[in-house]
Amino acid sequence: MSFDASSARGDLILTRITKEYGDFKAVDDLSLTIAKGSFFALLGPSGCGKTTTLRMIAGLEEPTVGSIHLGETDITTTKPYQRPINTVFQNYALFPHLTIFENIAFGLRRRGIKDVDAQVNKVLNLVELPHLAGRKPTQLSGGQQQRIALARAIVNRPALLLLDEPLGALDLKLRRQMQIELKWIQKEVGLTFVHVTHDQEEAMTMADTIAVMNEGQIEQMGSPAELYDNPKTAFVANFLGQSNLIKGTISGNDGDSIVADLYGQKISLPKHRSHAVDNSIYAGIRPEKFRISLLNTPVSGNVLGGGHIEDVSYIGVSTQYQVAMPWGQELIVFEQNDDGVAPFKKGDAVNISWEPVFTFALRGDEDVTAGSEVNPEVLDEE
Amino acid sequence: MSKKTVDATIPTIPLTARFQRWFGRNLIRVYMVLAFTYLFIPVAYTFAFSFNDSGKSNLIWKGFTLDNWKNPCGAPEVCTALANSIKIGLLATIFSTILGTMIAFAIGRHKFKGRSTSNLLIFLPMATPEIVLGASLLSLFLVFKINPGFWPTVIAHVMFCISFVVVTVKARIASLDPRLEQAAMDLYANEFQTFRRVTLPLVAPGIAGAALLAFSLSFDDFIITNFNSGTVTTFPKFVYTAAARGIPAQANVIGSGMFFLALAIVIAGQFVNRRKAR
Repeated sequence: MSFDASSARGDLILTRITKEYGDFKAVDDLSLTIAKGSFFALLGPSGCGKTTTLRMIAGLEEPTVGSIHLGETDITTTKPYQRPINTVFQNYALFPHLTIFENIAFGLRRRGIKDVDAQVNKVLNLVELPHLAGRKPTQLSGGQQQRIALARAIVNRPALLLLDEPLGALDLKLRRQMQIELKWIQKEVGLTFVHVTHDQEEAMTMADTIAVMNEGQIEQMGSPAELYDNPKTAFVANFLGQSNLIKGTISGNDGDSIVADLYGQKISLPKHRSHAVDNSIYAGIRPEKFRISLLNTPVSGNVLGGGHIEDVSYIGVSTQYQVAMPWGQELIVFEQNDDGVAPFKKGDAVNISWEPVFTFALRGDEDVTAGSEVNPEVLDEE
Repeated sequence: MSKKTVDATIPTIPLTARFQRWFGRNLIRVYMVLAFTYLFIPVAYTFAFSFNDSGKSNLIWKGFTLDNWKNPCGAPEVCTALANSIKIGLLATIFSTILGTMIAFAIGRHKFKGRSTSNLLIFLPMATPEIVLGASLLSLFLVFKINPGFWPTVIAHVMFCISFVVVTVKARIASLDPRLEQAAMDLYANEFQTFRRVTLPLVAPGIAGAALLAFSLSFDDFIITNFNSGTVTTFPKFVYTAAARGIPAQANVIGSGMFFLALAIVIAGQFVNRRKAR
């Protein structure tokens, strides 16, 4: 049974959603609450189920199992036009036979709203394109079309705005600019934004909360800083930025810390940053948290010795080093170039050190390459 | 001053090379002129002989006159035949366009059992020789004790026009981005409003093209019409019958008139499209 849910407001609650296409589970028992007024990102590689999830929220797909609530209202089976939810489509989907003005007015007219002119002009001013009202979509550039698609959705003041890879078709510079504008518009209009993207940088720049999706499930959810600093799985550790993951075993306790053995060298890490289930772990450290020092320089914190510089790449703000360790692994280290020049050169024998609080520990049975072989830039299309 | 010395050093290109270059660049134009000449000589002939002061037979040029154009209904029965063709054409167009568009949407948009079979079968009337189609339709009508005449002809025309309408409209539907309809639904348009405001306007050029095609197929048809029209004379039937005694110049007038009408519609269509795109 379907009914008009267009006045529903509140948090969006997905409860145990599964979506199957034949034998393939696109979304697998997913539960999620998106707080009213937040900027929420669903982040993951192609085929992880994020777009399917979005389409179920929009009403363009029906879940096989599970329910979707908006506040108190069950909208699981309501039609797209009965939901106070609007979408900015990946390819914008502007109506080619209508002018920009009529494109934006489309939703208002269908709902029988009176002051269409005033509202359309207001939103055209918001996206700074009032002079294009009389044009047809094909006469606009990609960036302009993107803004009109956004205007066409937000003019309806929906309870929820869905953005399906809205910046995917734009070039890098324009994308950066639109990221900032989108964030600003979200604050300005105070709507709940749900943003689907495969671009971790985009998600981290804009979202208050990110849910990292993989194979139809949420791997981890939290603020960008939480996800980056304390990833729970190898997939999250690799998909959001780069991580050095070193195999080891837990050898003891020291108050609030765990002592671990990494190829015969002892390190410590805070207990609450360990996601291991037994003694076997992968110790994880982000490349910029490492410090490099020459052999006879005093160091503090955790130290791994016996490395030598394998490769040096100068990137302007920082220098990227590859350090070969005695057990055959190459660790990646980012050093800020605040001294002007890269102080180490290829072949130098070095120690690597870092503050124990930056260490995280993953389960020892994880696939350390999970999430790293996915190149989001190549797998653009879904 | 220095310019002159530079000019002097530019080597000249030999004449044969220049000709080869000209030929290479203009080959496509030469070919185009030849092709259009071939295509338009019959039309030009028909048009020219519509001004022939012919008398009974319009085979030999006897002098220029505007009489035929001033009085296109001058020859006996030519305008009755034309009126019949237009009536049958319009009716066939209306019915075949409506039915064909509905079939095209069903095949193009919905998954149902037997879809691929329908898709194949719809081509069958296009592939069947007209002479077979015409003869079997006649025997079918006679079995049901329906005498050949105006309405059997309309029914026959609707039948063979539908296939062409389906194919034309289906191509347009296939090129339609389903996300546009999803966007309309997302923007509070229900199923009917989505069809009325988005789907139909976007498919309309295809439907209009299909209708024009259906009309010209119907107007032009001789074989199937000849079997099923009985005593009703259509324009092609008139021309065929008249050929035995000599085709009156009025037939050329009507033929040329139809050609220019079609040309005007095509040009108007182009003009509207160009304005829409602006």
